[in-house]
Amino acid sequence: MEKQIISILVNNQPGVLSRIAGLFSRRGYNIDGLSVCATEDERFSRMTITVTGSAGTIKQIVAQLEKQEDVGKVMGFDGRKVVFRELLLIKIAVDAPRRGEIVDLCALFSAKAIDITADCMMLELTGSTEKVDAFIQTLSTYEILEIARTGGAALEKGLTSLCKSVDAVEEK
Amino acid sequence: MKLKGAEILIECLVEQNVDTVFGYPGASVLSVYDAMDGSSVRHILTAHEQGACFAAEGYARAGRKAGVVLTTSGPGATNLVTGIADAYMDSVPLVAITGNVSLSLLGHDSFQEVDIFGMTLPVTKYAIIVKSAAEIAPAVRKAFKVANEGRKGPVLVDIPSNVFDEYADYEKSLPQKRKSLAVSQEEIERAAEIINRSTKPVLYIGGGVRASDCEKEVALLASKLNAAVMVSYMGIGCFDPDEPCYLGVLSNDNTATTAALKDCDLLITLGARFNSRYSAFDIIKKRKIPLVQVDIDKAEIDKNVLTTASVTGDIAAALCALNPLIKDNLNNNWTFSDFIRPKEIHRGAEIIRYLSDKLGDSVIVSTDVGLHQEWTAHNYKFKSPKAFLTSGGLGAMGFGMGASIGAHLATNKPVLLITGDGSFNMNCTELGTAVKHHVPLIVVVLNNKSLGMIRKLQLARGKRTPASSLYVDVDYAALARSFGARAVTITETEDVKIATDAALRGTLPLVINCKLGINEGIQ
Repeated sequence: MEKQIISILVNNQPGVLSRIAGLFSRRGYNIDGLSVCATEDERFSRMTITVTGSAGTIKQIVAQLEKQEDVGKVMGFDGRKVVFRELLLIKIAVDAPRRGEIVDLCALFSAKAIDITADCMMLELTGSTEKVDAFIQTLSTYEILEIARTGGAALEKGLTSLCKSVDAVEEK
Repeated sequence: MKLKGAEILIECLVEQNVDTVFGYPGASVLSVYDAMDGSSVRHILTAHEQGACFAAEGYARAGRKAGVVLTTSGPGATNLVTGIADAYMDSVPLVAITGNVSLSLLGHDSFQEVDIFGMTLPVTKYAIIVKSAAEIAPAVRKAFKVANEGRKGPVLVDIPSNVFDEYADYEKSLPQKRKSLAVSQEEIERAAEIINRSTKPVLYIGGGVRASDCEKEVALLASKLNAAVMVSYMGIGCFDPDEPCYLGVLSNDNTATTAALKDCDLLITLGARFNSRYSAFDIIKKRKIPLVQVDIDKAEIDKNVLTTASVTGDIAAALCALNPLIKDNLNNNWTFSDFIRPKEIHRGAEIIRYLSDKLGDSVIVSTDVGLHQEWTAHNYKFKSPKAFLTSGGLGAMGFGMGASIGAHLATNKPVLLITGDGSFNMNCTELGTAVKHHVPLIVVVLNNKSLGMIRKLQLARGKRTPASSLYVDVDYAALARSFGARAVTITETEDVKIATDAALRGTLPLVINCKLGINEGIQ
């Protein structure tokens, strides 16, 4: 079993998300993380999907995605140089005397305190899955009130662009 | 030119060379029926939307272009789902057009509203909700393109009723000729290398060969290799059944095919997937023999069985590139006369062999699903790929009546439907449609007063009196006559000859109610 990040460029129109999500559930593939966003090109949305599976399963997932009509480009980041980030918002119950400890932890993880009330703090962190996990683990000695965590966003390093690569294929 | 949405839809169907639409009117598509009046598009009203969808499928399977079905919203749309799923499983090009409630009512659980787009997502190649008249033409053109290109399949276009009455600009645009994708020379060479090493190859032919119209290239490959040849249900008719190397349909019961798989040193599959129905494929997995797979759908490669080499692309193009690289296999070790083709001895099989001898290729044959389907696949000799229509992947009972009507309207050929009483019960109301349109149709109902295949399975599970699969004794001849068809009931096998002669002389559909013993072909 391996973890793989797949970025796909899909037509920016209604129904596409349900078709792609349905493909995963129907064929029994597990999604670890999913994020959907607009791109620099308004024709397309970008989906970043994190999956765990055998090499054969991941190859099947890519092939099934590639044949979808609304999918412009599929990129498995296997072996490529890629930057991957998740966003975490976390709320912990903490009173004024102990705030300093939290501020120190935030400095260690490069997290930010974005809302503070008399008995509670909300923190923001971006980072790899492992870093976000470690931050939550560290804060678990405090009372965690609520967590919101996004799926990952990933981009390949260098001059490449998925949108441009779709146009390049179409021109051929 | 400004036209109403409904008129644009009909113009777009004409652009795609559609001459026939199978359908069922309802409130949300009345504007489309108005626009169809006086156009070159013929409408075939069926008894049930499922019959219309199977008819559109039969039209596509027997002919050479996509079938079109048109229904209203809500129940009209949901009644299409089985037919759409059937087209998806067997890769049949189908365009399903459904009306829906007005845009302003969409999402309010209005009368006769369903989310047919959502419902059919897993069984369509693509689906589109059209939200303005200006979107109709691009949507319809895209639907036909997607249905016909690559691995063919069904596409749904859902149009809210008010859109049909809006005006938009329309400009005629004829479909462009599809160019077939080039196959990879590297893949071809690798496949050829593995094939040339084999001395006992088996060729397994599926529906992809039918879709690609490449029986000649397949025959050439088989003769160069001196390969043993077997077919899937979808591949029936793609290889000459009189060739000594032809072993028939791959199934657990066809011991010639399983014997070949136990003995071969290479399996080559052409446009066939490895379905779960037959454990025969386990032989291949267990023996770890090399597999060369050719398929137009990249996602089929390595899906169920891992390949040694594969070629992704149109099979005709692949074989044109592959065949010249294949050496004549002079060291072949097959002795085809060693394979014992089992002969089924029961009245059902005898009747089908008689029909095969008598009618042969002069008719298109369709079946429903059950024992009669297996008997037909095993006993009727098909020499043309588009002569046998059956629900292969989905196994949908009730397929045959609609499919027969569609097949005749696409080809003008007479049609023989071999069915059982269980399947016939499902959509026999389409007899009225066949009578109305003078479809030269012979329906042979192999009537054992039960669901034979289910009974067989129940008996195999040790159930002594499987009462749940028994029917009452229906007089199918009287039923057929009530629709205006001709009909006869026979109890002796020989009588099928007289009945068929009569069928060929008349112009109305003829139903032959063949009474069989309840255990015929089971025990």
